[in-house]
Amino acid sequence: MHYNLLIGGAAGQGIDTMAAILGKLLKKEGYAVLTTHDFMSRIRGGHNFTLIRFGDSPAYSHSMALDGLIALDDETVGLHIGELKPEGFILCDGKIITEDGRAIKIPMTEMAKELGNPRVSGSIATGVLLKLFGLSLDGLEKILEQELKEELLEINQKAYVQGYDQVEPRYEKLNGDFSGHMIINGNRAVALGALAAGLRFYSAYPMSPSTEIMEFLASKSKELNVVVEQAEDEIAAINMALGASFAGAPAMTGTSGGGFSLMVEALGLSGIGEIPMVIANVQRPGPATGFPTRTEQSDLRFVIHASQGEFPRKVIALRNQEDAYRQTIKAFRTAEKYRIPVILLSDQYLGDTSATVKPFSLPEKVADPEPENPKGEYKPYLLTENGISPRRYPGQTEELVNVDSDEHDEQGLITESAEMRIKMVDKRMNKLQGIMVELEEPEFLGSEEGDILLIGWGSTWGPIKETVEQLNLETPGQYGALVFGDIYPLPEKLLQEKAKKARRIINIEQNATGQLAGLIREKTGIVCTQSILKYDGRPISAEEIASRIREVTV
Amino acid sequence: MNQNEFCTRETAWCPGCGNFSILTCLKKTLEKMELEPHKVLMVAGIGQAAKTPQYLCVNAFCGLHGRALPPAVAAKMANEELTVIINTGDGDSYGEGGNHFIHNIRRNVDVTHFVHDNQIYGLTKGQASPTTSLGHVTGAQADGNINTPFNPLLMALAAGAGFVARGFTGDQEQLITLMEKAIRFKGYALIDILQPCVSFNKINTFAWYKERVKPISEAHDPTDFAAAIALAQIFGDEIPTGILYQVEKPVYHDRHPVLKDHKPLIYKETDRKTLEEIIGSFIEG
Repeated sequence: MHYNLLIGGAAGQGIDTMAAILGKLLKKEGYAVLTTHDFMSRIRGGHNFTLIRFGDSPAYSHSMALDGLIALDDETVGLHIGELKPEGFILCDGKIITEDGRAIKIPMTEMAKELGNPRVSGSIATGVLLKLFGLSLDGLEKILEQELKEELLEINQKAYVQGYDQVEPRYEKLNGDFSGHMIINGNRAVALGALAAGLRFYSAYPMSPSTEIMEFLASKSKELNVVVEQAEDEIAAINMALGASFAGAPAMTGTSGGGFSLMVEALGLSGIGEIPMVIANVQRPGPATGFPTRTEQSDLRFVIHASQGEFPRKVIALRNQEDAYRQTIKAFRTAEKYRIPVILLSDQYLGDTSATVKPFSLPEKVADPEPENPKGEYKPYLLTENGISPRRYPGQTEELVNVDSDEHDEQGLITESAEMRIKMVDKRMNKLQGIMVELEEPEFLGSEEGDILLIGWGSTWGPIKETVEQLNLETPGQYGALVFGDIYPLPEKLLQEKAKKARRIINIEQNATGQLAGLIREKTGIVCTQSILKYDGRPISAEEIASRIREVTV
Repeated sequence: MNQNEFCTRETAWCPGCGNFSILTCLKKTLEKMELEPHKVLMVAGIGQAAKTPQYLCVNAFCGLHGRALPPAVAAKMANEELTVIINTGDGDSYGEGGNHFIHNIRRNVDVTHFVHDNQIYGLTKGQASPTTSLGHVTGAQADGNINTPFNPLLMALAAGAGFVARGFTGDQEQLITLMEKAIRFKGYALIDILQPCVSFNKINTFAWYKERVKPISEAHDPTDFAAAIALAQIFGDEIPTGILYQVEKPVYHDRHPVLKDHKPLIYKETDRKTLEEIIGSFIEG
């Protein structure tokens, strides 16, 4: 069972901080929590909201069936009242105009003024919420210490207590077992994955919604010996990362679609130069500037084809916070092993959404391989059957290391030889065989017996998982789903197997053209019979998928 | 040190190209400084100048057009033990890579930048470069170049570069001295090296430069910024060569919290316990 709250207001009213503190308090009480943000691209004003879903079992999708609407401004009530359940409540200031009988009006603005700072009204509201849901104020102090500046602690603590004393408990306290879990969003999970993989160098140019990766890494830079460099542009960002990687520092860059566009030529340099590189693309709706703070899955076709020429690459779509951590570590290993670029496709929904997940464990330390035959001749592009030439850094031995963006010979020197060109292209492309063997099949969800197969990728994993569970309650055993993580090269085995049994195949994607469906058809001939596409910049929820499936399967 | 340590390979430059002199001077400088080839990293973009690393036996990163500086400074950030030298052309560094030129002066990583400036695009056969003079007729500037020539030295001084010099391929003795000083300089060092392009620049020929270049007077104080700014503005009937400005400033590594101990980044490690604590902080709340 889950409760769904929406906190709405203008930018600058502290919704984020409220949600972060509430999330931590809920988790401390044992709840599983999922917090999703809907931002406008502005610093002040406008309408922003955060959805907090919590309960005694993990929540995988946000939900717009609201139990509570916390309105920090008038606009929030008007915009979201239709999403409030009949038995739900509106928590708002006494001054907010609404005749709705479900409103709990608390004079928060006045109380905050009396406390000495009008900005603490959000803390009063959170105090009210804690009481309504039967939670205690234990541990509040410690959590506030983490989230607020020291001079604001005392006044906020008073505000919580005052809010808490305004109401009586209304909701049944659920017993969850999640207090030992982490609360983390996709961006930070990517950053932790990179750190766990031994990241030494991260260069990026700020771009929503990817900037948090850089900022989180920068905050840990000193403690963990990572150079985090803000580049002058995305072209510099990736070229710097390539220089660092070439010199022997595990390196990464991160951006969104617009920045990725600028990085494309250097993506090819990673390919032909065989310089390991991990690139995170936290997608937002494009093209050009698009919707800077919103979500979409429309860069799949772009990143799998980006750059002139042909070279092997791997693309991984991140499905959830745990996946983001695990696959980022794996991306570093794959990039290093095959000397290729690995692209992580996240999006604003996953990047900004926090969930309670099992604590991440650190991978076994991978020792840097000693150079084989260190005194012997070294060829940076030695022709091998599997296409992998042993790696060495400049200065590591007395042998020289050359990297070249021109077509080159085994030594790394420019060549115009037709014969060598073929050998080098083949050598590079041969790496794909190893990469294919190591591909992870998509995650299968739902019923093995089902004849309706849903197909998705990346961050819609949560909403699809919940959809399948919901629909299988209505028509038991009918629905299954495949959600791709490793997506390029496309893993085909499980897809072929499941597609054979399916009467209908429905692709669910947050783009306008069904990019995965197109890729699947191109690679396998399998045709999706129906398509559920959403490209309004807002994340698709399980409720929305379920209702659209009911429409298309009529 | 063995003469053949920095062996030269067969080149693809036109006979008479100024790049030969630069290559010779570079080789002599490296030998004179007794640098070990495996501890030297030569970084280049794309262009005729950018082929230089191909013809010397050192580590080489031949990247993308205009993008030599970002990987060069990052390689130095990763491994301070490398002597990092960048060879690019005027189009490569001042045109395609102009943004990196400005911002890497600000970073002041300890790298050396030799710009082979022939005031023309050579590899693409003779279009105007940022330093091409006004009125210069080319295939792409059919009615003559109408854009004011870029002044790299003035730009570098304005952006805060600590070592700014001009060399000429016709004065190898001076060029070798400049190269050595630039490499030894702690911080970003720029030498704009005037060189003739025998195939595509029929205006700024060897003779044209020879008539005009004049070593900067010994009376010039290279720590005098105003004097350097004044010298940087002289380009025409007289072209001053030598060190315009030389003042050491804090370098990137000295200011960087992770790098200021001068232990190369590639030898540093992630402390597992600290990382476990960071992961743990997401549990505690």
